[in-house]
Amino acid sequence: MADINITEKELHAPQGGDGHGHGHDDHHHGDKYQSSFIDRYLFSMDHKTIAKQFLITGMFWAVIGAAMSVIFRLQLGFPDADLSWLQPLLGGWIDVDPASGKGTLSPDFYYALVTMHGTIIVFFVLTAGLSGTFSNLLIPLQIGARDMASPLMNMLSYWFFFLAGVIMFISLFLNTGPFSGGWVAYPPLSALPQASDGSKAGMTLWLLALVFFVVSTLLGGINYISTILNMRTKGMTMFRMPLTIWAFLLTAVLGLLSFPVVTSGFFMLMMDRMLGTSFFLDEIYVAGEALTDRVGGNAILYQHLFWFLGHPEVYIIVLPAMGLVSEVLSVHARKPIFGYKAMVFSILGIGVLSFLVWAHHMYVSGLNPFISNIFVLFTLIIAVPSAVKVFNWIATVWGGNMRYNSASLFSIGFVSLFISGGLTGIFLGNATIDMQQHDTYFVVAHFHTVMGVAAFFGMFSGIYHWFPTMFGRYMNETLGQIHYWGTLITAYAVFGPMHYQGMAGIPRRYYSFDTFQAFNQFDTMNQVITIAAIIAFFLQILFIINFFYSIYRGRKQTEQNPWGGTTLEWTVPINPGHGNWDGPIPEVHRWPYDISRYEDREFVMQNEPLAEGEVDGGH
Amino acid sequence: MSTLNKTVKRIHPKKFALWMGIVGMIMFFSAFTSAYIVRKASANWYNFPLPNEFFYSTIAILGSSLAFYLSKKAYLRADAKTFKGLYFLGFLLGFAFIGLQYAGWESLQAVGIDLVANQSSSFLYLITAAHVLHVMGGVVALVVLAVGLIRGRFDVPTPKRTLKIDLTFTYWHFVDILWLYLLVFFLIQQ
Ligand code: HEM
Ligand SMILES: [Cu+2]
Repeated sequence: MADINITEKELHAPQGGDGHGHGHDDHHHGDKYQSSFIDRYLFSMDHKTIAKQFLITGMFWAVIGAAMSVIFRLQLGFPDADLSWLQPLLGGWIDVDPASGKGTLSPDFYYALVTMHGTIIVFFVLTAGLSGTFSNLLIPLQIGARDMASPLMNMLSYWFFFLAGVIMFISLFLNTGPFSGGWVAYPPLSALPQASDGSKAGMTLWLLALVFFVVSTLLGGINYISTILNMRTKGMTMFRMPLTIWAFLLTAVLGLLSFPVVTSGFFMLMMDRMLGTSFFLDEIYVAGEALTDRVGGNAILYQHLFWFLGHPEVYIIVLPAMGLVSEVLSVHARKPIFGYKAMVFSILGIGVLSFLVWAHHMYVSGLNPFISNIFVLFTLIIAVPSAVKVFNWIATVWGGNMRYNSASLFSIGFVSLFISGGLTGIFLGNATIDMQQHDTYFVVAHFHTVMGVAAFFGMFSGIYHWFPTMFGRYMNETLGQIHYWGTLITAYAVFGPMHYQGMAGIPRRYYSFDTFQAFNQFDTMNQVITIAAIIAFFLQILFIINFFYSIYRGRKQTEQNPWGGTTLEWTVPINPGHGNWDGPIPEVHRWPYDISRYEDREFVMQNEPLAEGEVDGGH
Repeated sequence: MSTLNKTVKRIHPKKFALWMGIVGMIMFFSAFTSAYIVRKASANWYNFPLPNEFFYSTIAILGSSLAFYLSKKAYLRADAKTFKGLYFLGFLLGFAFIGLQYAGWESLQAVGIDLVANQSSSFLYLITAAHVLHVMGGVVALVVLAVGLIRGRFDVPTPKRTLKIDLTFTYWHFVDILWLYLLVFFLIQQ
């Protein structure tokens, strides 16, 4: 019964005198789960602490994932360079030529790096680290709840994520290396341990980690949905919810409907690996020998199961970023979000359509062309709600009174990246064009721009904006802007040229191109990309230094509502305790975007009653 | 107080979470059965009749659901004796279901239809085993409830107790209906 304690206690507790709870002892700060260090920081059930746990764990993984990309970029940009200096870190993965002493990255390890980079960034950083952080932080604060529906499940969600991480981390140190067959884990590489080194124990641990990861996502997601639907404060109707909350809601719904499907594929993979079934195997030759007892399966079936998650997954990643950006842009442009309802319906539209487009990842898998056409149609339709959102962000900023700071700049950068990457999606969405572009660097450029970098920008924007909510301090603004401009330029420098490489036919996931004469012309381009990637990496280190420095030494937050926000998280005290509000939970009377709508007031917060005869803004 | 009354949930958060979990499980099994249909559409697929045990087990799990349904009525009447009696009847039938499923697998193996005989048998074992695992989850919940029951903690209904019973039984009815769906699915597919 622990999980509903706070609300129940609150219900029966005497009302504090002035309603703001200054000075009288209050009952939710010292709730019984926060008595010792361990309860407070490790096994905390406070959604704000869990949010920070997700964030910091996500940052840990981001560093690892990014460092991996730097190493494989070295190989791509400077294939002839001597990498023996990496040997102390990577050991046997650097092949050292005994004669010349020159070290090169082993091809197997290159594939392992690419695979782990994708898995880590997609799942651990941009799913858990992004949605886990901000859903946890903002859902209770913005809808007016003391905590999640089930703080216990919430805590478990974090610890399952942690466990998944530990397992994946262990797999990095296996003798045979981590899984190396790509983040999508297609069979047969994933289904046959004898197929490659990475397919051995590395893949077993990969599957185990991902199953725990799914458990974590489901526990978290169920909680988010349940909290949003059932625990909103009085007056917080669905159409008064900030767009962040709408985005988190749909993110969780997408996860709930799609993660179980990929899990079924994972179980079938496990059986193929361990019990000798052949769900995904047919006519396989390993080292020239036919596997005559593994017949009758269908590898394409796995692709369907994977992409039924995989496409919603990309929206699971980008929707929370979209929610954060909507909020940050409106607050810093000092304008209501343009087209609130259109935004909500685009989120819903994206949610529905994202289940109808998965086979656009499979146009070259031998799909019936008629079926392909249906997927082309839906894929192009999903561009519509995406475009509506872009239009509304631009209209929000247009003519606004923009405050250019790290938070708002990263949001603007998000919009830029989302446009650039979305446009290439429309090319890829056409099966006829995709036949040419599939599995080239064009796809790599597309999804890093639209999802990878864009979602990171949304996340950065959120971190700069809500840092005071998390830590009661601000991050350093100068470092923040260096981080922004540097990352924007280097990100475009890395992924812009990849479009050309892709159009020229350079395949993705290749260790080396030295046997392809035609690609020699891109040597310099590859070097430029690698250098930009290294600079980008160090800019993120700068961000991390700023982050941790600011937690302890940043400028202290003195105003409760520094940005002039209208939503409820700015009504809690600085450094709020477990339970968030000292007094009663505020009631909501209006939509969340009453900024610059009144002659005499710059903004009006959601908990302020409507004036006589006034109509609520959202309607 | 009026401010706070609204935060009282319209549906209990735990029940809501359970329903959400059920949605996830439905997606999980839909994926299996869709994969089954897709695979069955191509060549080299052997049909074989379901073992009789699967029909007996169906009766067992339906019986267990019925017993739990009636036992809850007795519980609400504060008729502790009938409640306990029916509860343990349901409990035994639940175990019988698992045993019969196992017997079904045994008799399939006895005629050479093992896990790797053909894709059709691989799928049958996969799906029925995944289902039995979900049933075992229900059994864990039943055991927890049974411990309280034996200690007499459920003799008089209170909202908290009713919630526990509701959660357990709702899940149990779900795995029951899920099995019915799977059985009908297998029968139609033959
Ligand atoms: C404008 C809407 C979009 C369209 C029409 C579109 C279309 C496509 C298509 C057709 C592919 C497959 C390319 C291939 O493998 O040959 C693709 C790949 C991909 N897209 Fe998009 N996309 C869109 C937006 C997005 C968004 C918003 C995200 C993420 C937030 C995203 C993430 C990805 C990812 C991760 C891949 C590659 C996965 C892989 O093969 O490893 N796309 N996109
Ligand atoms: Cu897609």
